[in-house]
Amino acid sequence: MSNPVVLITGALTGIGRAAAVAFARKGAKVVVAGRRDEAGKALVEELRAFGAEAEFIKADVRKEDDVRNMVDKTVARFGRLDVAVNNAATEGAVGPITDQTAESFAATFETNVLGVVLSMKHEVRAMQAQGSGSIINISSTYGHEGAAFASIYVGAKHAVEGITKSVALEIAKSGIRVNAVAPGPTDTGMLTRFTGTAANKAALATQVPLGRLGLSEEVADGIVFIASDEARFITGHVLNVDGGHTAN
Amino acid sequence: MPTLTGKTALVTGASRGMGRASALALAAAGAQVLVHYGRGAKEADGVVAEIRRVGGKADAIATDLAAPDGARKLAAQARGILGDRLDILVANAGVSKAATIEETTVADFDRLFAVNVRAPYFLVQQLLPVLHEGSSVILVSSLGAHAAVGTLSAYAATKGAIDTLVKYFAAALGPRGIRVNAVAPGVIDTDMSNLVKTDEGKSAVLGMQALKRIGQADDVGSVVAFLASQDARWITGDTIRVDGGSKL
Repeated sequence: MSNPVVLITGALTGIGRAAAVAFARKGAKVVVAGRRDEAGKALVEELRAFGAEAEFIKADVRKEDDVRNMVDKTVARFGRLDVAVNNAATEGAVGPITDQTAESFAATFETNVLGVVLSMKHEVRAMQAQGSGSIINISSTYGHEGAAFASIYVGAKHAVEGITKSVALEIAKSGIRVNAVAPGPTDTGMLTRFTGTAANKAALATQVPLGRLGLSEEVADGIVFIASDEARFITGHVLNVDGGHTAN
Repeated sequence: MPTLTGKTALVTGASRGMGRASALALAAAGAQVLVHYGRGAKEADGVVAEIRRVGGKADAIATDLAAPDGARKLAAQARGILGDRLDILVANAGVSKAATIEETTVADFDRLFAVNVRAPYFLVQQLLPVLHEGSSVILVSSLGAHAAVGTLSAYAATKGAIDTLVKYFAAALGPRGIRVNAVAPGVIDTDMSNLVKTDEGKSAVLGMQALKRIGQADDVGSVVAFLASQDARWITGDTIRVDGGSKL
């Protein structure tokens, strides 16, 4: 798989964007999906500057028609789908359980869980037809830890890890691997919104044995590895790329 | 992709199996490799010859890691050859013995813990002066530490100890920029695995594993080479399952 076709959701910022750049630099054909046309087109220009073939597809992962179209267009454009990175997510409404509502729950779960489910449904359809593929769902260290005032986000990421393992079991016989990558606190726009203040953000780094926040590029290198043939015997695994946060 | 050019590595138990595959993978990526062995002098010389034949640098060193001062001796030997800088330590040497609870003897139990836990612990301790910012330590766990596999209770307990050490070592050495991880292989086709020697055993393995092929030593070697590399610079304290999705 020297020039894999890679589809990334939530690809316009943060870890998704870094993954798009990392794959493009390795010679992949990259489809970036997101909700904002202008940012999508700008990213495609940037990826093409690395010599990569790249396309932007507008998609909202909460809408099945969008997701079906995203996968179908990818296959129509590049002939196959080798790697799918299901990264689109929201930090949701951070706050105490007493402030949560049916709406705040649904808003987070629709993007972070339903979005992953719909994406996998259609990605697997394309990959089963070719008998190979690698799916990477982006979880979080909060996919296997608790965090005060983040119960909905934490619950959604726990769901992602359970779904990852289950689908890995279902489709291994089709030659498709399904894994998750769990970043620790990573210096992105989402983390800035999530933590609210610079002091809160800095405090997170004190829980990381390597002593700082992670960078999107560092998480992207973990994603590229788990997608690659070097990880050919790994499926159903949650790879922590977190500077040691989970161990601590 | 010679990503480890100029790096030095020590791989214990490198005369065969996963240790051999790890040594070859590190050498293929450009590292100078010390091939440690306990008894397999001829096999270790073969690994060294294979590395040198393609222009790599390697030496074989023998130490009995079941002896109480084995780790101290090996660390001294390694420093004698490599000097004061070790970039990669793969503490792979291990012994295994299947036995029911009733059959397990104190002597067997002590030997398992001596080689599989005491030796890696004190090898890390003795090599601390030459590990540095950017060094990568890789220990070897097992699927058996995650869930019961046959009659391996004492052996698997040594691997559970490895999972625990990974967390403590990563937390303690993170501030020095030293990363510590483990790989947890499932059933791999090596001399050490009895299951792969019979059709009945193989079918039992495929029954508990998502991917429908028997794992090979180089499936693990490629993951070790990744963990040793800069691409894994944000991964520490983690145990990576390389088990084809076993017992998910």
